[in-house]
Amino acid sequence: MLTIKFFAVLRERLAVDQLQLDINKPISVAKLLEQLKSRSDKWHRELSRYDLLCAVNHEFAEPTQRVGNGDEVALFPPVTGG
Amino acid sequence: MSVQVAVQTEDFDVADCYKTLAKHASCGAVATFSGLVRDDTGDLQALELEHYPQMTEKALQGIVAQAQQRWPLAAVTVIHRVGYLRVNEQIVFVGVASGHRDAAFAATSFIMDYLKTKAPFWKKEHYAEGSRWVAAKDSDTVAANRWE
Repeated sequence: MLTIKFFAVLRERLAVDQLQLDINKPISVAKLLEQLKSRSDKWHRELSRYDLLCAVNHEFAEPTQRVGNGDEVALFPPVTGG
Repeated sequence: MSVQVAVQTEDFDVADCYKTLAKHASCGAVATFSGLVRDDTGDLQALELEHYPQMTEKALQGIVAQAQQRWPLAAVTVIHRVGYLRVNEQIVFVGVASGHRDAAFAATSFIMDYLKTKAPFWKKEHYAEGSRWVAAKDSDTVAANRWE
């Protein structure tokens, strides 16, 4: 299974902190986002934020990176620590 | 180089952090930075710090490793608190020990600039009338970009 985690304002607005999807063959993060956006208008709106960031297996990743079962993808807004 | 990175709910003691940094023989300079919860409005009740547990320490270790490549460092300590913090509480500590002050000052700034833009922490402000997520600042991105 592919694990997708959501953080901060994105987690609150989607009302979900984690999803698991069965991905037959690896797909790009961009493609995964398109799949998630098709869930509903709300998902489409929230995942269309221009400033959305992505990590794959705990490292920042580009939308072109391919992911599959066993990977962990995280989606979150720009960070504000410190 | 001696590196200490911690993400924790507990407070930290700057004097203890300093002693740990200052004990290295090659250390001629220690620079430290502490970030505190600031209240610009007068009615902030708490600041909530969320993070991505498996990624946070890895990101901080990576930032420290980059600092180590740029400057000759004897020791680095980075502590970032998470959870609910009240006004004037300590949020973050960055301390750098080096042979000379230039490297210690520069590495401390570098680590803070990168931490603010590349480590997965998010702040939420809680007020009596509700709460709001803190927006990322362009000025923080500009500060981080000056090192590239």
